[in-house]
Amino acid sequence: MSRIDVRKTYKLYIGGQFPRSESGRSYVVNDAKGKLLANAAQASRKDARDAVVAARAAFGGWSGKTAYNRAQVVYRIAEVLEGRREQFEAELRAAEGISPAKARTYVDAAIDRLVWYAGWADKITQVVGNANPVAGPFFNLSTPEPSGVIAVVAPRGALLGLVSVVAPLIITGNTVVVIASEDNPLTAITLGEVMATSDLPGGVVNVLTGSQAEIAPWLASHMDVNGIDLTGVEDAELAVELEVAAADNLKRVRRPAPDTDWLVEPGLDRMTRFLETKTVWHPIGV
Amino acid sequence: MTATSTSTASSASSHGAFDDIVGSDSSLRRFLHGLPGVDQVGCEARAAGLATRSIKTTAKAFAIDLAIRMVDLTTLEGQDTHGKVRALASKAMRPDPADPTCPATAAVCVYPDMVATAKQTLGDSGVNVAAVATAFPSGRAAMDIKLADTRDAVEAGADEIDMVIDRGAFLSGRYMDVYEEIAQVKQACGDAHLKVIFETGELQTYDNVRRASWLAMMAGGHFIKTSTGKVQPAATLPVTLIMLEAVRDFREQTGQMVGVKPAGGIKTTKDAIKYLVMVNEIAGPDWLDPDWFRFGASTLLNDLLMQRTKMTTGRYSGPDYFTLD
Repeated sequence: MSRIDVRKTYKLYIGGQFPRSESGRSYVVNDAKGKLLANAAQASRKDARDAVVAARAAFGGWSGKTAYNRAQVVYRIAEVLEGRREQFEAELRAAEGISPAKARTYVDAAIDRLVWYAGWADKITQVVGNANPVAGPFFNLSTPEPSGVIAVVAPRGALLGLVSVVAPLIITGNTVVVIASEDNPLTAITLGEVMATSDLPGGVVNVLTGSQAEIAPWLASHMDVNGIDLTGVEDAELAVELEVAAADNLKRVRRPAPDTDWLVEPGLDRMTRFLETKTVWHPIGV
Repeated sequence: MTATSTSTASSASSHGAFDDIVGSDSSLRRFLHGLPGVDQVGCEARAAGLATRSIKTTAKAFAIDLAIRMVDLTTLEGQDTHGKVRALASKAMRPDPADPTCPATAAVCVYPDMVATAKQTLGDSGVNVAAVATAFPSGRAAMDIKLADTRDAVEAGADEIDMVIDRGAFLSGRYMDVYEEIAQVKQACGDAHLKVIFETGELQTYDNVRRASWLAMMAGGHFIKTSTGKVQPAATLPVTLIMLEAVRDFREQTGQMVGVKPAGGIKTTKDAIKYLVMVNEIAGPDWLDPDWFRFGASTLLNDLLMQRTKMTTGRYSGPDYFTLD
């Protein structure tokens, strides 16, 4: 007797849980050859709203952890990803139609990227913070602090692209609502499973799958979102619309860069863009 | 559920109407235990069913504004200060300072020693001051202390008094004591409206909630209120449903309207709208008014304001844009 297939239902990742879309919708995801791969949940504006609430609730705890502790958690994601690399290689090959060697390169790079950012957690303050010279009897110290809840439109590049936009945000203490690549959303949810099992508190990363054009405007205009990273936006008109909406509460905005080569070492900009500098004056010798 | 049938003639005054019931301990007990029992499963299913109604767009906007007007903005903490009460009173008058079309809340609810402060800030704005009295929240004090507590609050200018019943007496079946207590506190209230708190989380059964409702209405309470907010579970939909049935039946018999106030645990706009649907369906649209239905809440108001802002601006708002208390 043949065994019945146990197929995976791809759902959203919100607040550490894997709920279906509130709207009950799903959409078809095809592999590189145009054959059905699976159905993915199609998130609605209300899922985005719930994700922001979850991210906001997680912000206090996550940003309050020591940088060293956040580094350990992000390193742990890398460890768990390493343990499941074969699954990710297989998913990348199916979704993007790439060779086994190429898939291995991407998984390697994604793991290395996580480790690289993990190392930055307790070093970024030394690099972008400062003891400022002032003309008076004061210590004047500038330290970077996380902006808050950041919405991210993830680029193509189901694994490496996603890791490259999310890791720099969470390592500095932000919490994230990320809209996965519309064409390749499945690996993002599998990555959600990795994050859910690697000590990352629920709500620090929330993954939505579905239509960029439908969900992103709600996140861009949301008054409780502190920044928006438009890296994966390919439609120039939509990008303008999102930037305009984001201006309402003066969100920090990162402009679209869908064609970035993710294999290149990224530099510090992705971390520093969503940091606020706090400067403290403290009297000396009183 | 049908109206409870008793042999009483209907009359404008709740007192005269129930003289033969409240004449003695045994007749009162016979009446209260003669009330039809609550079908627990049916009641919970009905409450859950009503909670699934979808209220959208203009109906939702109406419901949100109505809910704001029904809020008794409450602070009942040991750490309350005069400053906090003043801030709360200002918020009650202008919940959303950025939007002048936003209505004021019904009242602020404070401890008796804060009444004067609240009154001073509220002035003649139309927002009432409610005070919790009678050894709130436990109700464990001698009768003369409870009455003094009440008079004190009324003298300080309270428009409404929220009293707690003696749950110990109620649960041990000394209904007459509870009746007398409510009647005496009502007398001490003078012109102030009296809300009677049952603390339904301590009453154990739905039958008891129905009995307490009738007891308080017969004793002359203007409002019946679920909880102090200090005991879990506080207000729930089924408990409020039973109380709404009670006020509906009471009006059918006596022609007199009594208000209902669920308090505690109502935190979101969604919850508030569920209650409003129930008020409309169980008691009737006459109760959809701040004079007859209130929410005892503090965090609820901010969620109502956020939803209101979402409806007027078309974008989601956040807690950063509203005061914490």
